[in-house]
Amino acid sequence: MNYVIIGNGTAAVGTIEGIRAVDREGPITVISEEPYHVYGRPLISYLLLGKTTEEKMLQYRPADFYEKNGVKTLLGRRALKVDPTAKAVHLEDGASVPYDRLCICTGSRPFVPPMEGLDAVEDKTSFMTLDDAKHLDAMLGEHNDKRVLIIGAGLIGLKCAEGIYQRVRELTVIDLAPRILPNVLTEAPASILQKHIESKGVRFLLGDSVQRFAPHTAHLQSGGAVDFDVLVVAVGVRPNTELAAGAGCEVERGILTDARSATTVPDIYAAGDCTVSHDIAADTDRILAILPNAYMQGETAGRCMAGDDAVFDKAIPMNASGFMGLHMITAGSYDGETYLEQDEAHYKLLVTRDNRLVGFIMIGDVDRAGIYTSLIRDRVPLDSIDFDLIREKPQLMAFSRAERAKKLGGIHG
Amino acid sequence: MKRIYVNEKWCLGCHLCEYYCAFANSGKSSMVKALKDHKIAPRIRIEERDGISFAVNCRHCTDPLCVKGCISGALTIVDGAVQIDSDKCVGCYTCILSCPYGALSTSNEGAIQKCELCMKNAFGQPLCVQGCPNKAIVYEER
Repeated sequence: MNYVIIGNGTAAVGTIEGIRAVDREGPITVISEEPYHVYGRPLISYLLLGKTTEEKMLQYRPADFYEKNGVKTLLGRRALKVDPTAKAVHLEDGASVPYDRLCICTGSRPFVPPMEGLDAVEDKTSFMTLDDAKHLDAMLGEHNDKRVLIIGAGLIGLKCAEGIYQRVRELTVIDLAPRILPNVLTEAPASILQKHIESKGVRFLLGDSVQRFAPHTAHLQSGGAVDFDVLVVAVGVRPNTELAAGAGCEVERGILTDARSATTVPDIYAAGDCTVSHDIAADTDRILAILPNAYMQGETAGRCMAGDDAVFDKAIPMNASGFMGLHMITAGSYDGETYLEQDEAHYKLLVTRDNRLVGFIMIGDVDRAGIYTSLIRDRVPLDSIDFDLIREKPQLMAFSRAERAKKLGGIHG
Repeated sequence: MKRIYVNEKWCLGCHLCEYYCAFANSGKSSMVKALKDHKIAPRIRIEERDGISFAVNCRHCTDPLCVKGCISGALTIVDGAVQIDSDKCVGCYTCILSCPYGALSTSNEGAIQKCELCMKNAFGQPLCVQGCPNKAIVYEER
């Protein structure tokens, strides 16, 4: 079996490791536009923050990862078209790569809405790739003297803010939404986090947007203006679905796949940020552009490509993020009955629906949050555990003795 | 592979496993030097309530969600054991979000910490198990 993977991020790593768990022999080829050895994409903010280095980032998998896994890499080369009849990937440079099974792991790209005057802004970047981070690093320079404007108060914008806040003279984040992290947090926890980030010197302009740009000024819808030296556009991302669509795969906002990560075209699989997932917490189909999800989908694709019968049907939105020393862990859906615990330093919201935990938000104390995540992922009926104990804190004491014997005692069945 | 298993009914709730763990991973030559006047941050923890107690540490899953979700590649499987490279860890806590047992914890150094079966310290074998007075935790192949 001859395997080809387009893309070289986490979904591709999952695919490689999934294939190799089943098939040690079949050749694998990875085609990627980015010229780098695979790196953990969310590390770019930590790179700017100084918590990691480029060298360490590139050790997301060891230097001999491709070699050990029998992977041939075509890096810095762009796939142009997938021909599902001839079963080949055509590259921009004219080469063509045949496949028996293909996995599309093309990820997403920054969405830059049309904004008047944006072309005239010279020092600007998105914040998705190692090259973006290097570009931003170069624009900031060494003197902590730049005024930076970030458009977008989502995870990408705020992680960027965390990465650079100690290296700038002024940092402003603007978002059309009335609160920060609108896709991740509800109002009250967003406000707690916002106050914390503001206390580190970051200014927020919420419920506002840029009407037009002059080279160093953003004129706002509200009438105000923000002067800046460097602009970061972090409005959102769009899945890279063109190759899949061109191959005849069914595509909505992202590439459609089943629980085996197979697309609607035979022998073509897809994984990661370019796909639509089924979110079991909200029971809806949506794009879950998060790293663990990309790995799981990729691993499942890889196993199935190699003939195994794997499924990944436990996708939920989830995020662990720290912002300037304050940690936040969230998962699932916030639609249901709520249980809130809050004091000055901590915030915890549990959400239940139909005898299941479907979501939670923890800020500050995030200890053992994964026990909550597992209740969502495994759809554990709440009447089978001690819910009072689970409300108090994540603990295995809330499970029955028999369940604990399975979890801790290695007793199966 | 040998793993640590918990026999809940034998647990006395004495917390000695926590102290042995803290000592084993302290790099100090004696328990007194490791523990006296220190607030310990062990990688094994006792849960206790109403006369029930048991120890919880990393299960060294064969299919570990923490490793799969790790954004930096700091968590890996080495000879069947899940290990953490604290130099690569950026402290994002995705593993804390992922682990169904609550077995990884934060540390003062920013990186997360977890049980590594004492494979990387001077003891080479889980010291918590050796220190348990009632065989409530055992290290064996099952």
